[in-house]
Amino acid sequence: VRNHIAMAIVLLFGWLRDFLNEHVFTPEPSAHEQEDLKDFVPLYTTFERFFVRNVIERGYDVLHRPVCTVPGAVIDIRERKFSSSGKFLGLTGKVFRNVVNLGSYNYLGFAQNEGVCADAAVKAVAELGTGVCSNRFEVGNYEIHSKLERKMAEFLGVEDCMTFGMGFATNSMNIPCLVGKGCLVISDACNHASLAIGCKISGATIRVFKHNDMKDLEKILRHSIVEGHPRTYRSWKKILIIVEGIYSMEGTIVNLPEVIRLKKKYKAYVYLDEAHSIGSLGSRARGVTDYFDIDPTEIDVLMGTFTKSFGASGGYIAGRRELVEHLRLNSHSACYGVSMSPPVAQQALSSLNVIMSEEGKERITQLAANTRLFREKLRTFGFIVYGHEDSPVVPLLAYLPSHIACFSREMLARGYGVVVAGFPSTPLGESRVRFCISSALSKQQILDALEAISDIGDIMRLKISAKQILYKFGKLKK
Amino acid sequence: MQCKNFASLNFLGFAENARIINSASGCVSKYGVGSCGPRGFYGTFDVHLDLEKRIAEFTGTECAIIYSYGFATVASAIPAYSKRGDVLFVDEASCFAIQKGVHASRSKVIYFKHNDMDDLESKLKQQEIMEGNDAKKSKVTRKFMVVEGLYMNTGQICDLPRLVELKYKYKVRLFVEESLSFGVLGDTGRGVTEHFNIPVEKVDMICGSLEYSLASTGGFCCGSEYIITHQRLSGLGYVFSASLPPLLARAAIEAIDIMQEQHDLFSQLKSKAVKFQNLIRKIASIEVVGNPESPVFHIRRKNSVSNEEDLKF
Repeated sequence: VRNHIAMAIVLLFGWLRDFLNEHVFTPEPSAHEQEDLKDFVPLYTTFERFFVRNVIERGYDVLHRPVCTVPGAVIDIRERKFSSSGKFLGLTGKVFRNVVNLGSYNYLGFAQNEGVCADAAVKAVAELGTGVCSNRFEVGNYEIHSKLERKMAEFLGVEDCMTFGMGFATNSMNIPCLVGKGCLVISDACNHASLAIGCKISGATIRVFKHNDMKDLEKILRHSIVEGHPRTYRSWKKILIIVEGIYSMEGTIVNLPEVIRLKKKYKAYVYLDEAHSIGSLGSRARGVTDYFDIDPTEIDVLMGTFTKSFGASGGYIAGRRELVEHLRLNSHSACYGVSMSPPVAQQALSSLNVIMSEEGKERITQLAANTRLFREKLRTFGFIVYGHEDSPVVPLLAYLPSHIACFSREMLARGYGVVVAGFPSTPLGESRVRFCISSALSKQQILDALEAISDIGDIMRLKISAKQILYKFGKLKK
Repeated sequence: MQCKNFASLNFLGFAENARIINSASGCVSKYGVGSCGPRGFYGTFDVHLDLEKRIAEFTGTECAIIYSYGFATVASAIPAYSKRGDVLFVDEASCFAIQKGVHASRSKVIYFKHNDMDDLESKLKQQEIMEGNDAKKSKVTRKFMVVEGLYMNTGQICDLPRLVELKYKYKVRLFVEESLSFGVLGDTGRGVTEHFNIPVEKVDMICGSLEYSLASTGGFCCGSEYIITHQRLSGLGYVFSASLPPLLARAAIEAIDIMQEQHDLFSQLKSKAVKFQNLIRKIASIEVVGNPESPVFHIRRKNSVSNEEDLKF
């Protein structure tokens, strides 16, 4: 209820401001439609423009912060100039130096500008150039792509793997190759936008189950199999369950053993999107299959990205040889999208080699230790934190939209960069601050960050977890 | 085995340019390789802001936005503006990315014959008559025309002057997809608007690609600030995807610098394309499909018999 009141107040102020701007004060010049297009149908609805102008633009300085160094544990952020209405005017020239980075996806600390990976990337640029200018089918199939694919298949423990130029495009262009009309897709409620787009474009029937709720998933499976296709009542050609390893806004880990049990019972296929979990979960960094000690060949389609744990960019799909061969011939990305740029592919390959070596084990243990420490301390402070104990994605609930803007600004003033998310990425009442733990952060940096978070939590009265009292009198039983 | 490369779309030869390679290597030493985040969450680097500014200056528009993959550019830009209930007029031979963007937008799609402006005009007239029956609905139905500067599937150039005329006559917004024509058409490589000498403000939005002429990865959209800033919140491939690796953005900036310094690149490309096409057209059993000045064209066997025979040919 508090949230709705807060939102209503913000909107009320917005109306008031617009009214004053129109009738009393001269407003600042803002972007508007060209003169000769005034008779055209308006491009945006009135509410859209109102919402963006009065709600989102007020908090615009906490998003899109420009970084001017390597996105490692410590970054420099350039300060930006904004007009009083929130319009971006340019850079001021001032730089916030040595800001501890709690927001970038750098789980294993491969965002480095020196070392083995960076040297190999520089060499790859010199030998192969930056651009490929062609798709995989034509002349864009370099040897480095095949090497990366073989190594990735070995790493994951599956038969074959195929790489793509962009993680988002991997989902949105390959799901239509796997399912189509007459198929059923059952996806988690909190799935990523790329999965939603891929399912929509494919033309399959989509059903959504409550986030990580296996009982709801089973119920939907049973009902769909019994009822069949909604119009023809025929049985489905294929049933595909789409889940993610770690959900980026919730921090939860999927209940994989239960999903596999249901898949075997109802003869469905499983598509596992490991964008965040590959490299960050499991004793050997092999992702959520390693974490639960499940044989990776039991998952039909393993998908992931190189952006988060490998410090590169692009995506891959891995699985049985027949599946990957089918994708090599039919994927839209292979035919119409350019292949990965050579230095980026080289970075992914070098970081894979490092993960599979002794140094990789150190990074994995450091990440796990950092995650545990961070989550444990936040809970003892009394914050409401979502997600599982081992997930390096830590969302801290702040609820009100104004709270998240204030939190981000206060943290930056203390030298910490955090990421905040509100409506519409999250439900209206659940704006949150999301921390991404990295193995590049030292224990001291984490402890100092926790102190700053605790400080701000006291000022903003965010320590509202009911479990706080239980922590004071003894260890909380899980 | 060494072969002459007539297959990749490396129009200006920047894929092996030493200056671009040096600046990209320097960028790795400063920023590393990956950007480790989407644009909204510490994935924006100063090279991205520089690249957007350079592209806007180069094309003569107010504002530009960068995507990390060429395919995702137009496939995210179209659904950001055109929703269920709106109308899209799309060329039959448009590329796959446009088709996917149009499909994802859930709007009503009307295909017109390839590069046939009369067919487009008749379809626009039909739509206008239909809307005349329901005045209330027509006030909120947005209409867009999506065309390519240089068509990937046929090598033809669109008829931009006629399109601009139709835009103002029937009040339909114009989106031009310039993946192939950016860095190819026009005296200084600014694309199809320069080729036809039309002010760039007449086109509502230009979507281009950094993957062909600029030998990098990614794509951009440019236009007026009013139109482009909308994509920073609602372009799915921008908001929900990691940003372009800094070294590739730096490579693209360097490529634009070279394009501005060496004007003769474009006339050289044009003359080579014309010469090669003339030679090929002389072969009796081959039919060439494409504009005579275009560096992209298709060759077909005249009097095609069957698929197997054509493949052997």
